[in-house]
Amino acid sequence: MRNDQLTLAPARGPSGPRNGRALPPWVSTTALLMPTYGWLTIAVFLPLLTMFAFSFLSATPMGKAPIVFTLKQYRAFFDQPYLVGIGITSLLIGFWTTLICAILGFLAAVALVRSTFGKTREMLLILILLPFWTNGLVRVFSWTMVLRENGFLDSLLHMVAPDAGSIGFLYTRYAIVVGLVHGYLPYMILTCYIALVTIDDAIIEAAASLGARWWTILFKILLPLAAPGLISGAVLTFVPVIGSFMEPRILGGRVGVTMGTVIEDQFTQAFNWPLGASLSFTLLAVVLAIFATFSGVLRRGTAA
Amino acid sequence: MTNVKVNSVAKTYGTTPVLADITTEFADGSFTSLLGPSGSGKTTLLRIIAGFIKPDQGLVMIGNNDVTDVPVWGRNIGMMFQSYALFPHMTIAQNVAFGLERRGIRGAEARRQVDRALEMVRLPGFGDRTPKQLSGGQQQRVALARAIVIKPSVLLLDEPLSALDRRLRQEMQVELLRIQRESGLTTIFVTHDQEEALTLSDKVAILDKGRIVQIGEPETVYEKPLTRFSAEFLGDSNFLTGAVEDGAVRLADGSLIKSTSILPATGSTVTLAIRPEKMAIASGSTAENSIKARITTVIYAGPVLSYHLETADGLPLKLFAQNRDGTVLKEGDEISLTWSAQHTVAVAD
Ligand SMILES: Nc1ncnc2c1ncn2[C@@H]1O[C@H](COP(=O)(O)OP(=O)(O)OP(=O)(O)O)[C@@H](O)[C@H]1O
Ligand SMILES: [Mg+2]
Repeated sequence: MRNDQLTLAPARGPSGPRNGRALPPWVSTTALLMPTYGWLTIAVFLPLLTMFAFSFLSATPMGKAPIVFTLKQYRAFFDQPYLVGIGITSLLIGFWTTLICAILGFLAAVALVRSTFGKTREMLLILILLPFWTNGLVRVFSWTMVLRENGFLDSLLHMVAPDAGSIGFLYTRYAIVVGLVHGYLPYMILTCYIALVTIDDAIIEAAASLGARWWTILFKILLPLAAPGLISGAVLTFVPVIGSFMEPRILGGRVGVTMGTVIEDQFTQAFNWPLGASLSFTLLAVVLAIFATFSGVLRRGTAA
Repeated sequence: MTNVKVNSVAKTYGTTPVLADITTEFADGSFTSLLGPSGSGKTTLLRIIAGFIKPDQGLVMIGNNDVTDVPVWGRNIGMMFQSYALFPHMTIAQNVAFGLERRGIRGAEARRQVDRALEMVRLPGFGDRTPKQLSGGQQQRVALARAIVIKPSVLLLDEPLSALDRRLRQEMQVELLRIQRESGLTTIFVTHDQEEALTLSDKVAILDKGRIVQIGEPETVYEKPLTRFSAEFLGDSNFLTGAVEDGAVRLADGSLIKSTSILPATGSTVTLAIRPEKMAIASGSTAENSIKARITTVIYAGPVLSYHLETADGLPLKLFAQNRDGTVLKEGDEISLTWSAQHTVAVAD
C-alpha cells in the first residue's frame, strides 16, 4: 500500500500535468524487489542452472570433444553400482553425525539455558562458536593428531594404563563422524539454544510443582518445545555433511570415499563436470525426498 | 489435616535480608492473602513454601510433615502463575492430566478427573483445544484446573489475576473463591490489590521489609491495625500524635482525644490512627472526639466526597463523606470533625 502512495504522490503534486500518467502499482513493487531477486538470480540461480544444464552434457564443455545432450550422466548409479554403496555410506555418516549432534547439541543447549547466567553464559556461547572461527583444515588436521596411533588419545590412555594397546581410530568412519560432529555441533547448539531460551521459567516451575522430576521435564517439556530448533539444526547439519569431502578425505583415509569426495573428484581430478553435477543433483533429490518423508511424518505426529 | 506452618524462616540474598524470622500458620482450608509493598518478600515466602527457594534457616511444615528438605516435585502443591504457564505443546486435557500422570493416574480415571476439573472451572468440552486457542481468562481457568486436579495439600497463587483486565479479574475472584470453598484447599494468595485481599480472604497477612507485621481476619486488620504501617498500607488513615494523660491522649494543641485502645503508661508518646470514613463533620451534637480543620482540597467522586484538610498546627487530615444531601463544602471552609473513641486506635510506629 505504502509503495503505491509513494509512487502516486507526484501525480497529485503541483507538477501533476507533466507526469500525469501514474505508474501502475506492480511497477513499483517490481522495482523494489529487483535488487533482492536480481542478486539471488546472479548468486544462486544462475550458477545452479548452469550446473543443471551441465549435468545433461556428454563432456565438460571446455575441451575439443564434441558436446551432445544426454541423460547418461543420470544413469551413473546403474552403470557403476558401487556408487550406490558410497551413497549409502554418505547417508549413514550424515545420519549418525546428525543424531550425535542432536543429542549433544540439545543437552549442551539445555545446560547453557538452565544453569548459567549473564556473563558466564556469554563466555560459554563464545567458546561454542570458536570452531566457526578456526580454519576448517586446521580443525580437521588437529583431529588426526588426537586420533592417530600413539596420538593424544593414546597418550591419555597410556597415562592411566601403560600396557594397553592403541585405541586410536584414525582412518575409520568413526573418525569421519567425530570430525564432522565437531564441525557442525555449534549449529545444533545455537538452534536449540534459540528454541530453549524462549521457554518461560514458569512453565518448568509449573511442571515441577505438578510432580515432574528432571527427566520428565527434559523429555516431556523441554524436548518437544525445542523441536523446531532440533529440526532446523538437523537440516543445517545433514545437508552439508552428506556433501562434505574434507573430513572424509583427511580422517577417513582409505575408507573415506563418500559422495562428497566422489563429486569433488569429478570436478578436480577427472574433469568430468557433467557427472559431478548429475551426482550432486541426484543427491539433492534424495535429500529432498528424505525431508519430504520426514515432514509428513512430523506433521502427522503433531496432528495426532 | 493439611495446614501449613512456617517456623522462624529467614532468607538473605548477599547481605540484604529478604525474609527475617517469619513464623506463622495457615489453617486447614483457609484462604490467606499475603499483602505488602513491592519487595517486601511475598513472592520469596510463597516460593519457600513451594520449595523453589531454600530458606537459610527455619522449617516449613505441610500437614504433619517437615518438608524443608523435600524438593518441589515431592511436596504435592498446586501452583498458579501470573503468566498462566500452560504447556503450549499440549492440549488443555493433556495440560490438566499432566499432574495426574505423575501420580500414576492414567486412562479412563484420568479422563474422568480432568473432565470434572474442567467442569469446575466452567470450561467443559475445552479439552481438545490448545492453550493458544483460549483467551487469557480461559487460560487462567485451565491453570487453576491443572493445579487443583491433583488435590494438592496447599494451593499457592502469586498474583495470578494481575494480568487480567478489571472486569475479568472480578469475575475470576468470584470463581476462585467459589472453587476454594468447594474444594476446601488451604490457599495462600499473593496480591498487590488490597480490595482483592479484603474481599477474598479469611486471613490477611501484611508484610513489610521481610516481616509479617500483622495477620488476622480482614475486619480485624482493617479496624484494629497494630502498626502505623498496616494502617497506612491497608486503606487510608489519619494519624494524631500526643502524650498519654488520664487514660486519654493530649495533643500539641491542648485538646484531649479519647480512645478505647489500651494506652501505654502516662506521659509516654502515642500515635492514634483514625480512618477517614469514620470521621464526620460536626453539626450540633458531637461524638467523643473532635478537632478543627480547614479544607485544602475537595475531590468529588460521585457517591463519595473526599476532603483534604489541615489543622491549625499544619497536620494533614483526610475525610471521606457520603454524598447524602448533595452539599459540597468549599476549599478554605473551617469545619469541626468529630469521631468516636471506639474508632481511635493506638498504633505502634
Ligand atoms: N534471586 C534474588 N537475588 C537477589 N535478590 C533477590 C532475589 N529474589 C528476590 N530478591 C530481593 O528480595 C526482595 C523481595 O523480593 P520478592 O520477590 O519476595 O518481593 P515481593 O514482595 O514479591 O515484591 P513484588 O510485589 O514486587 O512482587 C526484593 O528486594 C528483591 O530484590
Ligand atoms: Mg512478587
